Amino acid sequence: MTATEPLEFEKPIVNLERQLADLRDRAADSDIDMSTEMKRIEDKLTKLKGEIYRNLSPWQRVQIARHTQRPYMLDYVEHTFDDFVELHGDRHIGEDEAMPGGFVRLEGHRVMVVGHQKGRDTKENLRRNFGSAHPEGYRKALRLMKMAEKFNLPIITLIDTPGAYPGIEAEERNIAEAIAFNLREMMMLRVPIIAVVLGEGGSGGALGIGIGDRILMMENAYYSVISPEGCAAILWKDRKYAPESASALKLSAEDLKKMEVIDEVIPEPMGGAHHDHITAAHNLKRTLIKHLHDLESIDRDALLEQRYQKFRKFGEFREKGRR
Amino acid sequence: MGIFKKRSIASLGKKKSDMPEGLWNKCPSCGAIIDEITLKQRHRVCTKCDHHFTLTAPDRISMLLDVDSFEELDPTLESTDALNFKGYTDKVKGYQKKTGLKDAVLTGRGAVLEHPVTIGVMDFRFIGASMGSAVGEKLTRAIEIATAEKRAVIIVCSSGGARMHEGILSLMQMAKTSGALARHHEAQLPYISILTHPTTGGVTASFATLGDINIAEPGCMIGFAGPRVIKETTHQNLPPDFQTAEFLLDHGLIDMIVPRSMMRERIGELLDYMLPVGKTA
Repeated sequence: MTATEPLEFEKPIVNLERQLADLRDRAADSDIDMSTEMKRIEDKLTKLKGEIYRNLSPWQRVQIARHTQRPYMLDYVEHTFDDFVELHGDRHIGEDEAMPGGFVRLEGHRVMVVGHQKGRDTKENLRRNFGSAHPEGYRKALRLMKMAEKFNLPIITLIDTPGAYPGIEAEERNIAEAIAFNLREMMMLRVPIIAVVLGEGGSGGALGIGIGDRILMMENAYYSVISPEGCAAILWKDRKYAPESASALKLSAEDLKKMEVIDEVIPEPMGGAHHDHITAAHNLKRTLIKHLHDLESIDRDALLEQRYQKFRKFGEFREKGRR
Repeated sequence: MGIFKKRSIASLGKKKSDMPEGLWNKCPSCGAIIDEITLKQRHRVCTKCDHHFTLTAPDRISMLLDVDSFEELDPTLESTDALNFKGYTDKVKGYQKKTGLKDAVLTGRGAVLEHPVTIGVMDFRFIGASMGSAVGEKLTRAIEIATAEKRAVIIVCSSGGARMHEGILSLMQMAKTSGALARHHEAQLPYISILTHPTTGGVTASFATLGDINIAEPGCMIGFAGPRVIKETTHQNLPPDFQTAEFLLDHGLIDMIVPRSMMRERIGELLDYMLPVGKTA
């Protein structure tokens, strides 16, 4: 069915699929009627898939979110949008290929898109730095978003990063300020912004292009203040407790929707977007068009007020009385 | 010049002396023995090497603000355990008892050399001054009040980063505080960020680096990623003074380094330039 590398929890499915394929081969080579047996395995397979894929644990979703065959930012740019015109550079220090961006069309809309891009192999990852952007990536993203504001184009940001790059040069060029400045400036951009977490929503590196009027997540994406491994290392003193951390952090799209941190979960094909890039891209497209349509009808002052209040309300606390 | 030795974050929480508590202090940088009264008079700066000891939020407030000008905001506000995170409620309670604080920041109205400000001071004793909902909410309210009342904002930063136990909500405090600062900025009001030892992670990547003026105390450690993580990721040796205030000044990332003894005067001098003429508290 697919040529993707199965994840550990998918192995029972793969085994059954292999059995079914064997049976089909044998049926083709002989006159014996195996249709009953085949039907039995098919039913079992459907049931098993349902059981596994409908009950994915947060940690299993993290693994899907990191799958190397998962559609990345530029795959979505290809299948969800048209006529991508890539724009390069932060105008100061360099070009960050971990953060591509440019003009795209989405049906009738002209849009500015920016996002994190990972590589599938070592060579690509040397270029893309595993989707971990440097300060120049965040500054390029802001340059393009400010251009979008100038030409009155809505902005779509596509988030997929394990985190901003923790390196010497990144610190020397003020990675923290690059992210912080984006947070402040994005809050005031006078065009609609939709942020979508495609795969990994790794902490500040994700949030650095994550301020928007809508925050959407693909079904198997995660969004978290710290990686499950990082959390486990601090709290349980051992990275092997990452599955427990993933649950405790409530980082899945489903949990974040329940907590009203995100606006909508975009469904993925059964088993994850890596099984079917096209369907995933179409689901994203449909959702983006709907939200873009809604946002474009809002008066810009009201839009900015709503965006401010959207982030203003995040937090759980208590106090005696009230000011 | 190696006057200010780099300090480790790990040493901060620990007691460093086996001397009678409250009488004598040993400087973690040069080893000088300083009596408590002298150290207090010097705002906890070493008599011998000028090492800046950690200050509590209440001490910091009395050092920076005009006498009797502080009016605390939201004194009862505290975080709840939104994620039902293992051990978090007990942890918060423990630190509340230990520090007498509700969470890792004190906020309020006040005046610095008669300039009207709202101030937020983080206290590293409280879970490494990590930012959760309480820190984010208190700072946001303080900034909003400053915007409404045309006050300057002063935030004294120190933090281990976001508060993991509050998950995504702690991350979103970065956005919330930065949003409040966006409006304060738009109102053309001054914000001075004071970076103290240590300022890292999500706090550095939000309000700490957004000051019109970013000031650091001598020798303090300021960074986004921790040195260990950077070393593990890059397999490079870190420069000797990496992520110190002096390193940041050399690289153009902060406006100035100001020793503690001069901090209040410096803030006053800056606000003289930045606030509209003739406005006093």
